[in-house]
Amino acid sequence: MTDLPVQDTSPTFLGMPSFQRSAKVALADTQQRRNLAHATATIRAKRAAAVGEVEGWEDLRLAGAAAKDEALHHLPDYLEQLEAALTARGATVHWARDAAEANRVVVDLARAKGADEVVKVKSMATQEIELNETLEAAGIAAWETDLAELIVQLGEDRPSHILVPAIHRNRAEIREIFARRMGTVGRAAPADLTDEPERLAEAARLHLREKFLRARVAVTGANFAVADTGTLVVVESEGNGRMCLTLPETLITVVGIEKVLPTFADLATMLQLLPRSSTGERMNPYTSMWTGVTPGDGPQEVHVVLLDSGRSRVLADEAGREALRCIRCSACLNVCPVYERTGGHAYGSVYPGPIGAVLNPLLRGTSSEVDRSLPYASSLCGACFEACPVRIDIPSLLVRLRTQVVDEASGRSAEAASMKAAAWMFGDHRRLEAAQRAVTLGGRLLGGRTIRSLPGLGAWTQARDVPSPPTETFRQWWARTHGDDAPHTSEETP
Amino acid sequence: MSSREEILGRLRAATGDVTSRPGDRGPVPVIAATGESAQATLDLFVATVADYRASVVRCTPEQVGAEVAAALVRARAHTVLVPPGLDTSWVARARDAGLRLRTDEGEDGGPLTAQELDGIDAVVTAARVAVATTGTIVLDHAPDQGRRALTLVPDQHVCVVRADQVVHDVPDAVALLDPARPLTWVSGPSATSDIELDRVEGVHGPRTLDVIVVG
Ligand code: SF4
Repeated sequence: MTDLPVQDTSPTFLGMPSFQRSAKVALADTQQRRNLAHATATIRAKRAAAVGEVEGWEDLRLAGAAAKDEALHHLPDYLEQLEAALTARGATVHWARDAAEANRVVVDLARAKGADEVVKVKSMATQEIELNETLEAAGIAAWETDLAELIVQLGEDRPSHILVPAIHRNRAEIREIFARRMGTVGRAAPADLTDEPERLAEAARLHLREKFLRARVAVTGANFAVADTGTLVVVESEGNGRMCLTLPETLITVVGIEKVLPTFADLATMLQLLPRSSTGERMNPYTSMWTGVTPGDGPQEVHVVLLDSGRSRVLADEAGREALRCIRCSACLNVCPVYERTGGHAYGSVYPGPIGAVLNPLLRGTSSEVDRSLPYASSLCGACFEACPVRIDIPSLLVRLRTQVVDEASGRSAEAASMKAAAWMFGDHRRLEAAQRAVTLGGRLLGGRTIRSLPGLGAWTQARDVPSPPTETFRQWWARTHGDDAPHTSEETP
Repeated sequence: MSSREEILGRLRAATGDVTSRPGDRGPVPVIAATGESAQATLDLFVATVADYRASVVRCTPEQVGAEVAAALVRARAHTVLVPPGLDTSWVARARDAGLRLRTDEGEDGGPLTAQELDGIDAVVTAARVAVATTGTIVLDHAPDQGRRALTLVPDQHVCVVRADQVVHDVPDAVALLDPARPLTWVSGPSATSDIELDRVEGVHGPRTLDVIVVG
């Protein structure tokens, strides 16, 4: 293993129980399970249709993976190029080794502007470093402007899905949160607010417009940072991103260093892969690109914070580094049978689902209970790899992490015995994977065997036994939750 | 050691095993669909825009003014923002119909403030390029489109696209764009699916998008 620093586990997730223990609680929440099942099934169908339209989809996936690999393999060079391009266009570049340093940079910049509030666009990076909490502690209000983030923030809740953070809330709950909380932080919701989505969106529009029009500082993330031109890209739906990128005087963008793309031309690939994979649309409503400062148009003070926080450590792991290709589309979440039933909170991180099960232990190491358990939060069915637009082989990475967890535990703890058993079962990765992929590919090979008879899933299946009919087989479960669709017979099989 | 030096040092150590050099991968592959004909591309564009529940019409150059006015009247706009480089013949009919035309000039003689923009109903612009496969218009905020805020704050955006600006696929558009300019890719009106995944038009951007394809 490398001696590069791990990412600190943020206070929110310190002491998280294992995935399996949290999953047990989540599984008992019928409302959440119903919302999740509806949501993931809806997005899966949309995505399949949007992807099916594109003849060259497999070529795009290969090109997407190659573009990210090119950037990652030569990351120091491309970061220096990005910095030079940004600086030449009037932006100021800051480097942050860890979350604390990134937070300090943003707080100092906001303070220097005399701002007591900032408007924010949904950003995994700023969630990861818990920027909002740091800003609040410094007396600076951070207003989330993405509708789902607003729901989460007003509900004093945590996001549970990368793309649809409020996927676990239904419209009645959202109405209640808006009616109760909007007035305490700004323009109140209309007195006659109903739970129709149109009315809820209108309430959010009015509530947030007041904040957009007066905001002087915005904080955003970026989906891509283009090294050869210095162009930053935000892909969004609602227009809140455009508001934040356009109206304030000062713009601060926090970018994980793995967001770099080598060239502007690579955007042609990514802008085909990302929207179809994430929301299942041909194109998302709005994509903004900006390159430093444009005189007379938009923020005249532009800052970019390049964040490491564990990423260099993942990069040093020759097998694990492919996880850094992730463009956070969330396709792997929506196809994951485990995620569909547990939701995002059990993963103990802002990165849930299959990619979270890989990325969190890579970023944070495996010293905590939750990070040790995450590689087991999967049935290794392979659906995530098939859906991934940048071809991250999540199942293989999970198997490798399991081995690592077992090796670390062997002979040293009370868990050693069970870990050894797991090691024995996973001794032949190839055979196990082949068998498990066959389940998803045909659903026939294992016939009537139940999912809980798959090896290595003891803790997981115990947890899921509680709310599930005890005699349901994998195939019955699949038929019930996916209709007649044969699993993974789409054109995406590599 | 500065944070910059430390991070770059970490990354050099982390990629010590890599033997290739930057750029060794060769030219970026262009993976794009192609249209059977210019007409087919145009038809596809009209269909994909309509799919987003944006209104889309086709007309001759002589009809632009009438179509712009019709779109504005339909949305009950009273005030209309005209970017500095817009072909003024496009808004002549709207003015004759009694709509109030505004330029990007505020009370104090400077550009309109965000508050002032918020009081304007609609904006009429040209575009830089449009993409048929995705129903996207791309603005590069040249004078015939105006700075970014002009097409963001008003609740209606009427966008006039010349037929020869419509390319077939995303890579064709990327190749035409100048990265030094701010760029806004617009595919349908502002929308969210955050409430039980129902698509709702109109959160923060213009809730009405009218696309007029000329020629
Ligand atoms: S791992 Fe792949 S599928 Fe999952 S979020 Fe990342 S890019 Fe999307």
